[in-house]
Amino acid sequence: MSLMDTKPLLGRVEEVGGFVDLNAYEAGQGYGAARKALTSMSPEEIVNLVKDSNLRGRGGAGFPTGLKWSFVPQGDAAGEGAKYLVCNADEMEPGTFKDRFLLENNPHVLIEGMIIGAYAIQAEKAYIFLRGEYHQPYRRLVEALADATARGFLGRGIFGTDFNLDLRIHSSGGRYICGEETALLNALEGKRAQPRTKPPFPPASGAWGRPTIVNNVETFCNVPGIVRNGVEWYQGLGLTEDAGTKIYGISGRVNRPGLWELPIGTPIRELVERHAGGMREGFELKGILPGGASTDFLVEEHFDLAMDYGTIQAAGSRMGTGTMILMDNSICPVDMSRNLQHFFAQESCGFCTPCREGLPWIEALLLDIEEGRGQEGDLEVLDRNAQFIGAPGNTFCLHATGAIEPLQSALKYFREDFDEHIRTGKCPYHGRRL
Amino acid sequence: MSAAELVHVLSGEEIAEIEAEIAHLPDRESAAIDALMIVQKHRGWVSDTSLRAIARLLGMSSDALDSIATFYNLIFRQPVGRHVVMVCDSVSCYVMGADGLGKAIEEHLGIAFGGTTDDDRFTLLPIVCLGACDKAPTMMIDDELIENVTAERLGEIFGRFE
Amino acid sequence: MATINVDGQQYEVKEGQNLLHAVLSQQLNLPYFCWHPAMGSVGACRQCAVIQYADEDDERGRLGMACMTDVVDGMRISIEAPQATDFRESVIEWLMENHPHDCPVCEEGGECHLQDMTVMTGHSVRKYRGTKRTWENQNLGPFIGHEMNRCITCFRCVRYYRDYAGGTDLSAFGSRSRMYFGRSEDGPLESEFSGNLVEVCPTGVFTDKPFATHYTRKWDLQSAPSVCPGCAVGCNVFPGERYGVLKRVQNRYHGEVNGYFLCDRGRFGSHFINSDQRIRRAGIRADDGIFEASGASNAVAEAAKLAKTNAIGIGSPRASFEANFALKKLVGEERFCTGLSDNEAMLIELALSIQREGSARTPSLTDVEAADAILILGEDVLNTAPRIALAVRQAVRGESLSMAEEAGIPGWQDAGVRGHAQQALSPLYIASVAATRIDDVATATFGSAPQDIARVGAAIAHEIDSNYAAADIELSTTGNDFSRQVVEALGSAKRPLIVSGTGTGDPDVLRAAANVAWALKAQGSDPALLLSPMEANSYGVALLGGGLSMADALDAMTDGSPAIVMENDLYRRGDAQRVTAACSESKMLVLDILENETAEHAAVLLPASTYAECTGTYVNYETRAQRFYQVFEPDDEIRPAWRWISDIADALDSSGAGWANINVLIEECAKATHAALATISPPSDYRVEGGTRIPRQPHRYSGRTAMRAQISVHEPKATVDDETPFNYSMEGQNLGTQDGAAVPFVWSPGWNSNQSVFKFQQEVGGALLGGDPGTLLVVPESDSDEASRATKFRDVPDAFVATEAFLVVPIHAIFGSDELSNASWPLASRIPAPFALLNIADANRLGVQGGGGVSGPGLDASLEVLIDDRIPAGVVGVVHGLPGTRTMPTGRIELSVDSNFVRRPNGTSDVIARG
Ligand SMILES: Cc1cc2nc3c(=O)[nH]c(=O)nc-3n(C[C@H](O)[C@H](O)[C@H](O)COP(=O)(O)O)c2cc1C
Ligand code: SF4
Ligand code: FES
Repeated sequence: MSLMDTKPLLGRVEEVGGFVDLNAYEAGQGYGAARKALTSMSPEEIVNLVKDSNLRGRGGAGFPTGLKWSFVPQGDAAGEGAKYLVCNADEMEPGTFKDRFLLENNPHVLIEGMIIGAYAIQAEKAYIFLRGEYHQPYRRLVEALADATARGFLGRGIFGTDFNLDLRIHSSGGRYICGEETALLNALEGKRAQPRTKPPFPPASGAWGRPTIVNNVETFCNVPGIVRNGVEWYQGLGLTEDAGTKIYGISGRVNRPGLWELPIGTPIRELVERHAGGMREGFELKGILPGGASTDFLVEEHFDLAMDYGTIQAAGSRMGTGTMILMDNSICPVDMSRNLQHFFAQESCGFCTPCREGLPWIEALLLDIEEGRGQEGDLEVLDRNAQFIGAPGNTFCLHATGAIEPLQSALKYFREDFDEHIRTGKCPYHGRRL
Repeated sequence: MSAAELVHVLSGEEIAEIEAEIAHLPDRESAAIDALMIVQKHRGWVSDTSLRAIARLLGMSSDALDSIATFYNLIFRQPVGRHVVMVCDSVSCYVMGADGLGKAIEEHLGIAFGGTTDDDRFTLLPIVCLGACDKAPTMMIDDELIENVTAERLGEIFGRFE
Repeated sequence: MATINVDGQQYEVKEGQNLLHAVLSQQLNLPYFCWHPAMGSVGACRQCAVIQYADEDDERGRLGMACMTDVVDGMRISIEAPQATDFRESVIEWLMENHPHDCPVCEEGGECHLQDMTVMTGHSVRKYRGTKRTWENQNLGPFIGHEMNRCITCFRCVRYYRDYAGGTDLSAFGSRSRMYFGRSEDGPLESEFSGNLVEVCPTGVFTDKPFATHYTRKWDLQSAPSVCPGCAVGCNVFPGERYGVLKRVQNRYHGEVNGYFLCDRGRFGSHFINSDQRIRRAGIRADDGIFEASGASNAVAEAAKLAKTNAIGIGSPRASFEANFALKKLVGEERFCTGLSDNEAMLIELALSIQREGSARTPSLTDVEAADAILILGEDVLNTAPRIALAVRQAVRGESLSMAEEAGIPGWQDAGVRGHAQQALSPLYIASVAATRIDDVATATFGSAPQDIARVGAAIAHEIDSNYAAADIELSTTGNDFSRQVVEALGSAKRPLIVSGTGTGDPDVLRAAANVAWALKAQGSDPALLLSPMEANSYGVALLGGGLSMADALDAMTDGSPAIVMENDLYRRGDAQRVTAACSESKMLVLDILENETAEHAAVLLPASTYAECTGTYVNYETRAQRFYQVFEPDDEIRPAWRWISDIADALDSSGAGWANINVLIEECAKATHAALATISPPSDYRVEGGTRIPRQPHRYSGRTAMRAQISVHEPKATVDDETPFNYSMEGQNLGTQDGAAVPFVWSPGWNSNQSVFKFQQEVGGALLGGDPGTLLVVPESDSDEASRATKFRDVPDAFVATEAFLVVPIHAIFGSDELSNASWPLASRIPAPFALLNIADANRLGVQGGGGVSGPGLDASLEVLIDDRIPAGVVGVVHGLPGTRTMPTGRIELSVDSNFVRRPNGTSDVIARG
């Protein structure tokens, strides 16, 4: 059994010891899955296969990928004009670094996944919406696209079929909101990246008003393995209900921060202790943002939970991107919350009131509290804001909802820290930071 | 400025690159962001004159284009130094001491965030998570990602950029 | 219909609407900002939150935005639930973080939607401790003030300006809590509809700049239902007055005509009322040739003497129907001239006969918006009847809306429709002499001389139905191509619309337009035909008719016949030399508003009221007769023209030939002409709730004593108005339930802003509670016969052939071509220098460049050359109605280059504001 069978996304990277170029990728059976899909399977078969595999989107929301693909109208129902397949490679969620790693090291598995996806929804135009700061991934993608095109894996008449695919990179002008899939579509169209109303959902009306599928980098990277090895194999990879592997990451004061492709459902403590080598000398783990900045804090009582969609959700948070940010005992939860809210307030697109005006207020209040200017009643103002901004549907898109997740959980789990700031008029962590 | 003069503002190379993008898109306006980024790549920033020229080239009003340009943080509507230094201030880097590092960089360059050194060598900007959280703190100078930045390394790092 | 339950009450609402629209239509109070009835929903402000319950057992419900929620039969919602009211209060609290507390000095104060919503949601205690964000403002030109600090980022301005009105120079800049709405640099807003920003902005960011210079609170303005005198559309307006000065003009909602929006000529063009050019006193020319203020009675006596000597009367398309009727009555049918130029009179006669033929609908603007394919033949509506152009912009969105409908996206979901349909537009074809400012949404355009426009129209008609127009019309390749496209587009449309008018001066263009519409009708579709004349009451005066043509009248005057010239500068109606000859030979009584060259020749001069100072009727392009009411009493000796005429009649005939008041006149007028004139608005004894009259002043009108304190500290007795149902005071009721023609302003408890208009409507965006005002005077003849129609306009003009001499075609300017608004000071800097449009090849041939000058016979002065891409070779477009082009040469003229030409810069104007 090759590493590819247990680690379909990064196994080859491990084997090669870094960047997998086209030769290395092909040597590890690369593009076989795309060939199989295009030459021996119908689009519908692929959609059903992906549905059956139970692959869930790795961009954060965990939406079932096959189901999403099945919403794309096929044949006459699709009407005149193009369909689009878009890879969301905007990765700007703080604490998230998995897509960059994939793009830099294994671009062909993404391209192969996108070829299969495009074929499945019968899109002949595809875009990789790439974060503007991702220069190295850009270079690698340009090289990989050129290589794949030269070999006839992209372009016209792929694998001798009549399927064509024009796959292009769109470099973002920069803004976190571009990662929100409807804002991304506006950005792709060259407009301001304001999110769009749903419905219409992108599979019905997306880029340029045409049926469009947007998936995360890691999501697409899962597809070739599923086509190659089948649904049973894929589901067998997961430790819990969820299927496949997940790229988990850890940042913070551990001994070996990094990324690992592991069976989905690997417990948190195993990730921290075994893979990341445990906390650094002198630091204690106090809280975790399990899947990026827009997820609720988890605390000690949760550290034995399995990292999968359902379990983490049941614990009141989200698996999100699966890249965890660790808060140790030297970090002030108030100040960390301020840092997070600074990010969200700054990245608000400015379209809807609660997010545009509410988040800067929260940030200002947190700064006041952190710097000893907190007043009685401030926490109630924070609570009220969190309640009104955080409820899905109260804001136009989920940016603000995501912003409130770490705040409301910090207010819950670390309330004593907040109180103490206001009571004493100073930050008790002052001087503890390293 | 007439249409001809406006287009003249852009170099043949810039126009060719922009037209190449347009060729892949359903309409000219869709290339707005690409066009801005292309011109910025050549000039470091997008001046009012460039903006008007791009707008003409794309067949849209400069107001509409500026509306787009001012939305995106990687499109500079003011001149920047020869090198743009972007220091991550997001949560993982914060946990690993980014705020202290930011101050050290400000001191080292003698400018505050948002500023440009007198010799036009560096413009210093904050940036959100650069996607290298396991190697925090991080920063990016031009298109080079620099990981595990420490105050001690600053001299060496900045020394590489003239 | 759907039944919805709102806080325990059942309501019948329309399906297919959004919930906000539906509950407002029930007259319920639900705060909102970003939504606008004419622009749909985008869900930005989050102010309209309500609780929606899943079913009968659901007790918690879910918060959602009403404006983004489909009405579903049987749904149960709550506006009053605490979670909803709390959230809505929070939204205001957020918006107030940065909003300056500058209401006392804000032009919006007292009619501010934000103020209303703040009170309505109950937010009152400020908890936010931060400093407020501040911005630098921009100079947006003469019409619109800018105070960005007041912005609440509802996006309405850009949605209106860009998406609705097609403007390109106003945008949203930046992001997050630092959004800026303005231009990329200082400069006048280019859209001809920029003034609506004042009413669209829910707070005081975009304000009426001329109004702000001599500011008055809304509650201190006196107003009455009125009709814009700016063009033939007849938009309904509220002129606001204080201290005898016209302070501003605001939109008066009309469900079929102007809806929620006016053009800038209409909004800012009425300051001529305050102009220093106003004729304010009656005068008699003394022997030394100088006018002497004679006092009204002397002047009337003198006028009567003049009238007695078999005077002819010249009426006016800018005077009310009643005034024209009065003059006609005074001088008699055979001695009355409508005051239209001979060509315009002929064109209007033709247009009216076409409308009478009646096979095609005459569309209201609401109908225009519903057209699914449009052909514009010759008429530059944006400049001649501007509001029509804004309606055409809405019509072309039809395609987007049907695409959305097919995709299951409701039409009110504005961003969704735009995202889905992208730039999809319904077919709009424009054949015009020069480029137009709605070309950006045209499917194709065709530029040619008027006669070729007529030819292409004829060819289209013939192609649609070969019974119409002549066969075998040879067109140019571009003409052929255009015609082929138009035939296809109109042929497959369900509600095609043909737009034309008298603007090109060529009757064949009108005939062609009629042929196209009739041919479509013959083919079984339901076409609309819009033929616009030039002035507010052109159709009115033409329907009244008179025995003299303008040529007859001028001849008679030249022969020494005395003349009564009412509200008409004859220099705009005929050749200058001829007019001068006529005016010099004739003893003239001139009744007018502003000094003009005709008035300079008068023997007796009487100051006439403007539309805001009297009551009367205009007949618009639909032949809709609409009543406007006196808003305020003018100072000095200014009186309605009909009143002067009445006095003269009395003086002539002591038995009382005059009219005691306007009602008597209207009645007589209705009897003699169109019965509808008596019923288009309620009579003077009309009373509303509680048997009261309707106030011209809002109930908070203040300072009645102080206003005249420098004259007397006693409050003057309010003038008793026995002519209309209105009071010159705040006494009475204006609840909106009265006759739709009798709404003097909009205000409703809790709704001090113009948004209160929904309380005056049967449903949001629908007709007024008391019905939309006005009645069509020309009703199509039901027995009009198809066969005779088909042969009516067989002849097709010859193709245009360019020669050395240029064919002169009139070009119209929204700011400048209209006589009265020309003297409105805010327009001064927007009025172009007199110009001539030339094709680039012609300019080269003449040896002149854009910006250079040309002169020619019949032109009073040299004109600035502007190069136009569309104007054909051999044609010169000469702007109409500006100094230097007041009278227009006709036919072909030789042009010569004026090498000493100095361009008159914009904004030079002799107009000084008063008040
Ligand atoms: C504010 C915001 C930012 C987002 N950023 C990203 C991102 O950078 N990358 C990404 O894949 N998904 C991002 N998402 C999620 C996307 O909207 C979308 O759900 C995802 O791309 C779908 O892909 P998946 O189904 O493969 O997960 C973001 C969502 C929100 C609300
Ligand atoms: S929640 Fe509203 S303001 Fe925030 S990013 Fe989404 S749409 Fe923009
Ligand atoms: S009016 Fe509904 S969100 Fe603004």
